[in-house]
Amino acid sequence: MGFLTFKGGIHPNDGKSLSKDQAITELLPKSDLLYPLSQHIGAPANPVVQKGDHVLKGQKIAEAGGFVSAPVYSSVSGTVKGVETRLNPTGSKVACIVIENDGNYEETEYEPIKSLEELTREDILNRIAEAGIVGMGGAGFPTRVKLSPKEPEKIDYIIANCAECEPYITADYRRMLEYTEELVSGMRVILSLFEHAKGVFAIEDNKKECIEKLKDSIKDELRMEVQVLQTKYPQGAERQLIYASTKRAIHSGMLPADAGCIVDNVETLVGIHYAVMEGRPLMERVVTVSGDAIQHPGNFKVLLGTNQQELVEAAGGFKTEPQKVISGGPMMGFAMMTLDTPVTKTSSSLLAFSEDAVAKEKPAPCINCGRCVEVCPCRLIPARLADYGERHDQETFAAQNGLECVECGSCSYVCPAKRPLKQSIGAMRKIALANRKKN
Amino acid sequence: MNENYNISASPHIRDKATSSNLMLMVLIALLPATIFGIYNFRHENAWLLVVVTTAVAVLSEYIYQKLMHKPVTIKDFSAAVTGLLLALNLPPTLPLWMGALGSIFAVIVVKQLFGGLGQNFMNPALAARCFLLISFTGRMTYFVYDGVTGATPLANLKAGETVDTMTMLLGNIRGTIGETSVLAIMIGAMFLLLMGVIDLRIPGTYIVTFVVFITIFGGHGFDAQYITAHLCGGGLMLGAWFMATDYVTSPITFRGQIVYGVCLGLLTGLFRLFGGSAEGVSYAIIISNLLVPLIEKVTLPKPFGKGGEK
Repeated sequence: MGFLTFKGGIHPNDGKSLSKDQAITELLPKSDLLYPLSQHIGAPANPVVQKGDHVLKGQKIAEAGGFVSAPVYSSVSGTVKGVETRLNPTGSKVACIVIENDGNYEETEYEPIKSLEELTREDILNRIAEAGIVGMGGAGFPTRVKLSPKEPEKIDYIIANCAECEPYITADYRRMLEYTEELVSGMRVILSLFEHAKGVFAIEDNKKECIEKLKDSIKDELRMEVQVLQTKYPQGAERQLIYASTKRAIHSGMLPADAGCIVDNVETLVGIHYAVMEGRPLMERVVTVSGDAIQHPGNFKVLLGTNQQELVEAAGGFKTEPQKVISGGPMMGFAMMTLDTPVTKTSSSLLAFSEDAVAKEKPAPCINCGRCVEVCPCRLIPARLADYGERHDQETFAAQNGLECVECGSCSYVCPAKRPLKQSIGAMRKIALANRKKN
Repeated sequence: MNENYNISASPHIRDKATSSNLMLMVLIALLPATIFGIYNFRHENAWLLVVVTTAVAVLSEYIYQKLMHKPVTIKDFSAAVTGLLLALNLPPTLPLWMGALGSIFAVIVVKQLFGGLGQNFMNPALAARCFLLISFTGRMTYFVYDGVTGATPLANLKAGETVDTMTMLLGNIRGTIGETSVLAIMIGAMFLLLMGVIDLRIPGTYIVTFVVFITIFGGHGFDAQYITAHLCGGGLMLGAWFMATDYVTSPITFRGQIVYGVCLGLLTGLFRLFGGSAEGVSYAIIISNLLVPLIEKVTLPKPFGKGGEK
């Protein structure tokens, strides 16, 4: 039993048994690869290749467009077909570099190191930035920026977000089991940047095998520990995770570093290991393919840029025609109208459901039952905030702390009137944040 | 490839609970009190009043919504809950047409004219009860048990007479149809608590505050017999567990619910001890209903990371 947690949250059916025992299998792409120039928060990357160029696997095809940005690398060898505007998994049309795969997977040379001592602090940060590492849990915030707080000596905890609280997703679970060494090595790299910090692997108590495995592999690491958290959604939300793990609470105007914490997800830490120790840029990630409409749910190591249609084929195709397909988890992921989108740095899963739980129910008036208040991890009044949002009452929305919302969706999940609370709040937040930037 | 799958904002999964099954659970929870009331007042044909009042409530909602070309929402059971709650708050001998009038008032005036489900600012059943109480005071305070007319135990208590708390607990006494048996009410309340439909915040603070108030001002000190009689008499239990907990007319904030419970306890104590009539629950609840927006405003929680509960 883990007792570390936050107040609020929900316990949806986790659906993880569909794929948690399926070992990671490697998937090689068949069709063209698509690399969106914007797979991260910040400025889009700028292409450095032209139509007709021959590229190698591991070659940079777009460079960072600023400090808060990240470069993009080709994950195959082949020919650049051009830069086209295509749909990305989140539903927006973005510029993508299209590469025709020649199937040879010729790689560039990397510069591996034997020990971290060979590198200075700046070298390590540069390797992470150059490799295009961003937060791969879903936010896509450039990791280099995260690892450069104003006062590095005040960082007390590096928290590995091993919660994986979203239902159905088991990609991190498999990574933790099958790539434990790489994960621990990624943590070691970050700890080398912050001499006072302690490395914490924060895991929900439903991942017993991972807890054992991790405890075993860090038993000689003096600066690392495994922390067991209560299984609850959204235990892996950054602010809630920091609180559960350290009892330090931050609000929307603060950065984790203000509480002496830096949080990185499992996939990101593994990426950091490859980037720093082997000099390999970010070219792949583990993706869970699951849901009741999938023939053989599983976990796949996929080259970035692979078409999502190929993920479904790799998982045996559809068992039944899905009504809804989702990139990411069912709580915070994006519904996709088509599978013709690429796997990006932040695609943790592809889910297909034969029934759309949202379309089935019609929103009804609020009965003021307070369930949304009960579950809100940010201690807000979602039902009221959604009202202000629907009325475009930005002032009251902000006065009642609407901007503190982390858009976890717990309120929409529990609402017996089936109101799309998170949608109304999220839309208002976007407008309010945009206006704040303008002023 | 253009599959046109469904698009919607996250989250893509929903909990099973719906407004109508919450209402249905309230109806189920009211069954013990209803069945006991019908049996207890079998000589007065209480069943007829229960059926008419409930049916008219549902029918009024149906007709109103049809006439106004609005979607008909009787399937959410909220009108049925209102009708049944009103019936349980009426004396068994009330003429049927008065019960029907109460239902029409509750559903149309108190609920629909203010925008329907979720928009009413007063508990419809209690507003209707108070409306009937003012309009037909005689019939509304005429209590019979087993063919014998007389005062309710609560009125006896107020007059300084002794009462039998055991029969008050079981409910073989005079009173409105659903309020007499504390036992039957508690069975329903336990069901709602276990199903997570209600929690202890409002009824708990209500009852505790009321007990403190009558201990201080009741003139009997901490007299268990006197306190039990007050708790088992009148509509306190029915009100605390089934009407003060009405979602729509109670605060949504946690601290607000506590403040609301305290208001209810104080007002009920005030009306019962110092008011003209022996009973005070209905007025206490509808007056507190009016305070809800204010209570919510001053009890807005602090968000996470800004000093709020974690």
